[in-house]
Amino acid sequence: MTITCGFDAQRYINPVVKNLPPSGIRRFFDLVANTPGVISLGVGEPDFVTPWHIREACVRSLERGYTMYTSNYGLPELRRAIADYLEERFALNYDPQKQIMVTIGASEAVDLALRALISPGDEVLIPEPCYVSYKPITHMAGGIPVTVPTTMKDEFQLTASLLEKYITPRTKILILCFPNNPTGAVLKDCEMEAIAALVKKYNLLVISDEIYAELRYDGPPRSFAAIPGMQERTILVSGFSKAFAMTGWRVGYIAAHPDFLAAMVKIHQYTILCAPVMGQMAALEALRNGRQDVERMVAEYDRRRRLVVSRLREMGLECFEPRGAFYVFPSIKVTGMTSTEFAEALLKEEKVAVVPGTAFGNGGEGFIRCSYATSLAELTEAMNRMERFVARRLAFKDRAVAHA
Amino acid sequence: MRQKILELLEFNGKLTAKEIAVMLALPVDQVAKEIAAMEQEKIILRYHTLINWEKAGAEEVAALIDVKVTPQQDVGFDEIAARIYRYPEVKSVFLMSGSYDLSVLVQGKNLKEVATFVSQKLATLEHVQSTVTHFILKRYKQDGVIFEDQEADRRQVVQL
Repeated sequence: MTITCGFDAQRYINPVVKNLPPSGIRRFFDLVANTPGVISLGVGEPDFVTPWHIREACVRSLERGYTMYTSNYGLPELRRAIADYLEERFALNYDPQKQIMVTIGASEAVDLALRALISPGDEVLIPEPCYVSYKPITHMAGGIPVTVPTTMKDEFQLTASLLEKYITPRTKILILCFPNNPTGAVLKDCEMEAIAALVKKYNLLVISDEIYAELRYDGPPRSFAAIPGMQERTILVSGFSKAFAMTGWRVGYIAAHPDFLAAMVKIHQYTILCAPVMGQMAALEALRNGRQDVERMVAEYDRRRRLVVSRLREMGLECFEPRGAFYVFPSIKVTGMTSTEFAEALLKEEKVAVVPGTAFGNGGEGFIRCSYATSLAELTEAMNRMERFVARRLAFKDRAVAHA
Repeated sequence: MRQKILELLEFNGKLTAKEIAVMLALPVDQVAKEIAAMEQEKIILRYHTLINWEKAGAEEVAALIDVKVTPQQDVGFDEIAARIYRYPEVKSVFLMSGSYDLSVLVQGKNLKEVATFVSQKLATLEHVQSTVTHFILKRYKQDGVIFEDQEADRRQVVQL
């Protein structure tokens, strides 16, 4: 029911929030929600359920009465385990007392970092295509997002030379997200180092969203913070959602310079207080005994990744082979349709949901994001349907050209 | 390479050589050759379909039978095991350590059929000392597959 008694609710809404660019795919989401029997490649989370021993750790913690607040920074033993993990996997040294904080997922961590660091008018560099939240939360923090386009031609690599063109005296922060959502690109080592040199040269800070770090197919994970001289300039953001199939638990963390962390914890304590203790207990178990689960899931994603890329290419869609995360970002330009047209028609005609590339910025036009975090059987069926759809479009286009 | 091919096929026998080749980043002809060779060498024995017969509406009774036997000179348990596994009612036979020797899975259309088989054929075999029959009441998980419908995808259709 809409209230229409002359009360103008809109005038009370914070102008920053009011002016946030509306999601271009809202209509598409509604369409998906109202289409029964859809095979969804639109999901940004693992299709695995959280491994049982992790769930059980949560149940056990409840049985033992862990139902209270934790420190604002998070459970001390979890922070210790995170510090140990960062040391073991990335050769990074953090003091768990002063440099690590547990958050409500990596999303809160990015928000805290931006709110704690941005002064009004500061510019934030955001390579595109990028995760949907970075630009809106930069706006909400009073910053100005400056997008840096990466292209399929360059394997969605962010290069130092490209980045430098967008740096101004107001630039303060660079947000990195590699392995990348939605492209699956990974920063090459040489580019990481060149970007690090640039960050130092212009006195910038980096928010490195490494939520997909464990999901890499071309080698061991690498953290931006591990590049010499970068640890103090990097706010490392990560979490348990993707690697351990723990999306609903909402447990993430930040590792950063003690002064940055002290600033961020102020916002966290006045808004969130602390992450739920049961999720933190589960995360502790994940770090202690979940290594094999991650390996098993990554091996499975890897097999699906190869199959999907091969199928997409066979159906005539140009496709960059992702090196991490669980998304492919094929170009649909050959069909002559826009991303939204393609996604809507595919949904209507073949009941397959993909996300239009424009959800990830203007540079995403002409692309769609397909998640392969879906069972092999569903994935194969989705590819069969998409193949039929693309074949029809291409035949239609050929006929149109012949008539012209 | 064989190990990886087998892991994929064990989980999904419908995969084509081409699909497996793509997933493992191997040449198709090499994968096809290996599969053929493993079939020849009886490493791959059959492409199996796991069916929930109860859901399909079919009546079926299965029992696991602990069988104690007297091992024979030279051939040990093998000969008596072979006599047992040749019966079409017998779906699997395992030699066990512990308090009995053979574990025999028997399947029949109804309880009477299984009981008759055990009492008239299995228990009367020479060298069989005793049998203990356990009827299977419900299958929860078999070959790594959970039979209940609890594994539904609970994720929202689109989530960024």
